[in-house]
Amino acid sequence: MANDKSSMQLIARGILSENPIFKLALSMCPAVGISTTVINGVMLGIAVLFVQVFSSVTISLFKNKIHPRIRIPTYTLTIATWVTVIDLALAAYLPEAYAKMGIFVKLIVAFAIITMRLEMFACKESAQDSFWDGLGMGLGFLVGMVVIGLVRELLGSGAILGYDVLGFKPLLFFILPSAGFFVVGLMMAFFNWIELAYKQAKGKK
Amino acid sequence: MMIRRHFTYWTAVLLFILAPVLLQAAELASGQKFGAENEIILTYHAPVDKTTMQDGGMYTVFEESDPDIRLEVQKVGISGDGRSVSLLFAEPLNTAKTHVVSIRDAGGAEIESLKVAKSYIGYLLSILISALLVNNFVFTKYLGLCVFFGTSKRKTTAKGMGVVFTIVMVASALMSWFFYQFILIPYGLNFLQIVVFIGLVSLTVQAVDTILRKVNPILFNSFGVYLVLVIANCVIIAVPLIMANNNYSVFETFMLAFGAGGGFLLALYLMSSVRERLELANIPTTFKGLPIAFIVAGQFAMAFLGFSGLQLF
Repeated sequence: MANDKSSMQLIARGILSENPIFKLALSMCPAVGISTTVINGVMLGIAVLFVQVFSSVTISLFKNKIHPRIRIPTYTLTIATWVTVIDLALAAYLPEAYAKMGIFVKLIVAFAIITMRLEMFACKESAQDSFWDGLGMGLGFLVGMVVIGLVRELLGSGAILGYDVLGFKPLLFFILPSAGFFVVGLMMAFFNWIELAYKQAKGKK
Repeated sequence: MMIRRHFTYWTAVLLFILAPVLLQAAELASGQKFGAENEIILTYHAPVDKTTMQDGGMYTVFEESDPDIRLEVQKVGISGDGRSVSLLFAEPLNTAKTHVVSIRDAGGAEIESLKVAKSYIGYLLSILISALLVNNFVFTKYLGLCVFFGTSKRKTTAKGMGVVFTIVMVASALMSWFFYQFILIPYGLNFLQIVVFIGLVSLTVQAVDTILRKVNPILFNSFGVYLVLVIANCVIIAVPLIMANNNYSVFETFMLAFGAGGGFLLALYLMSSVRERLELANIPTTFKGLPIAFIVAGQFAMAFLGFSGLQLF
């Protein structure tokens, strides 16, 4: 049960051991699609964090009132409501960033990671734990997006957060659509390699 | 006598019927079409006077939907025999819209007004090709990647999944179109888009799920855990959202959904044929599974980049 887990452990689990992008390989679409700059990643990450936390808490509060047979449609409608909220808010207050993200804000509604957390965690645990779990998963997604965005922005346009740091002509390839797949694939391999090396080092001791 | 009287009578009738055609023949231009992306080509019946026809001020061009915005003619070119004139514009034209070219004489009076449009079928096909290849939903829009990587391990699963997706997409897109045009817009409920579309999509998926369970249990089993995720899949929900964004008509919506589904099927099939062989290949341990699949997908995406700018119609 989650009662013996502290809030910090729940958050750390979302960021590290069950990172939505690199470990669970869910919600890959935006990770590949709009991670061309760090800012884009942060914006979408915050939107996802918001939706994840609020839907987790909502479902967790109403978990006893939801009939098991209609739970999936209920999750979907809950997520859709919160996505509409963030969609309208972003369109009203940050129209420029909203225009860059295009259709992906609306598509948060279809992110597998959110539905999965509701199904696996929020419908069983207390609202407080669900809050921390949602926060952890949202942060995990945010971190993943920022890391991919960092690599692509640095190599693709030679800048970080819009400031030129490299000073030479960058590899345009990394801003191109297809590079998203390569970067994510290589980073996954990299994390696998670290894990493998760590396990081997542990085994030798 | 009788015959002659009848003859005059019928000639009069014939002339009356042919009058519009003959009058039209008296007009200046015989044909008009889009040329290159910033060009409209007019063809005349007879050679025209080069000096008068070369004056850019003679032509007023605008899109039929906004007559107030005049498109500026940058240059007028005339062919050697003087029968065809090409109007070049500063900016590329939106060839999906009907353009009106009106020709005026020196005094400003209108001589003739022509409508330039692509054929509607060609336009529909261009939407289909665009969704299928140029803007393939997986390789250039990055949608539906979870299902794409999850179910592309076997060719048979991939084919079945692609077909089911196409059916669900077309059905849900048409339903969403109906709801969008006849309920959401008239009652000003546009902000409910997401909720309504996701509801319709889940409904369609649920129906397909129930039918498939009865009709093809083997295919049903091979979907595994992804069936739950299909309910909220980004490819399927993206089609109604794009439809609402561009305010498509019902035929355009059908073409978009069909193209998107076909593109997804194509992507799944290509990927599964590669992944079946990858299993026999000697891959470094760290790259096994998803990482190598991403690299392969990246290579496909690069190949699909070659389709950009493809224009058949």
